[in-house]
Amino acid sequence: MLTASLYLLILAASAAAVLVMAARHWRARDEQLVDQINALLPQTQCAQCTYPGCRPYAEAIAKGEADINQCPPGGEAGIRQLAALLDVAAKPLNTSHGEHKPLLLAVIDEQRCIGCTLCIQACPVDAIVGAAKHMHTVIADECTGCELCLPPCPVDCIDLVPALPDGQTAPPDYLKLTAEARQLQRELAA
Amino acid sequence: METALLILVGTVLANNFVLARFLGLCPFLGVSTKLDSALGMSLATCFVLTLSSVCSYLIYQYVLLPLDIAYLSTLSFILVIAALVQLTELALRHFNPLLHRSLGIFLPLITSNCAVLGVALLNVREQHNLFESALFGFGAAIGFGLVLLAFAALRERLETADIPSALQGAPIALITAGLMAMGFMGFSGLANL
Repeated sequence: MLTASLYLLILAASAAAVLVMAARHWRARDEQLVDQINALLPQTQCAQCTYPGCRPYAEAIAKGEADINQCPPGGEAGIRQLAALLDVAAKPLNTSHGEHKPLLLAVIDEQRCIGCTLCIQACPVDAIVGAAKHMHTVIADECTGCELCLPPCPVDCIDLVPALPDGQTAPPDYLKLTAEARQLQRELAA
Repeated sequence: METALLILVGTVLANNFVLARFLGLCPFLGVSTKLDSALGMSLATCFVLTLSSVCSYLIYQYVLLPLDIAYLSTLSFILVIAALVQLTELALRHFNPLLHRSLGIFLPLITSNCAVLGVALLNVREQHNLFESALFGFGAAIGFGLVLLAFAALRERLETADIPSALQGAPIALITAGLMAMGFMGFSGLANL
């Protein structure tokens, strides 16, 4: 009786100890780091870094597979923040991924749009509304200016215009703020 | 060598855990609607089953028997299996978050997959040694994965088939499972353990 109870106690305790150690070892470090890196990325989802979106890029940085200078929309300011977080030296933007540009906004010339829905499928943030054979339009607040809708358009009816008035530059975390605001709206609506 | 082959053929085909012993029916019906998740489920089960049959053998042989408390085997096996499943979940979340997300709720279900406990208890009853236990668990998982994948592929096709409305969904799935079990009866006698 005593042996049996003692045995069960030891078995349960050792199983619990192994699990707690595994959970600490595997989880605590990575997931938090990925979240922190992702919070510094601009959330344009433009895929210029060669990853499908900002979170996959954050995961690649956390794993050490990607460098911190592959994000043109984040620019030098973004690289500096990433370098500070990861405790590495800041480096100039790798321009093979693109140049840092002021914040842009996609505008569809509705006269020329033929309603082919190709840009809707290309948009990573679902900022284009419309249906087949009907005119499409861009929701300005959702658009991140990622330019991914330009290549699929068969009639070149999409233009990118500066999102902010002349001479005004976006604060470095502008897109991040809009992304957070969108997230908040979604949570409130749900 | 002959025993090993016999155990493999026996667990995969002749005495298939799902279709001949009717163990592990919950994930068989629950995770078989899509081929992708069926594949993930079979891989996770394969890992857990092989590992748990080895662990339960070690615990039975080197702890339970010397202490003369073999009557606690069911309880200990459940504890070991639950801990292993949890460990698999943690590892999967770490190494393949995408697969972890697609398996979702079904991963903890391996704990209650009675095939896992069934393998551990049958290992004790059949007095397998360490290698045979591991092979028995592995074969059971392969058999489970085989019928799960075949069943998932069938159900994906049934999605688009013209089925009377009264039979759509679960009824046709259960009929299909029954027909598969009858088909697997053709293997009985192939390997008698």
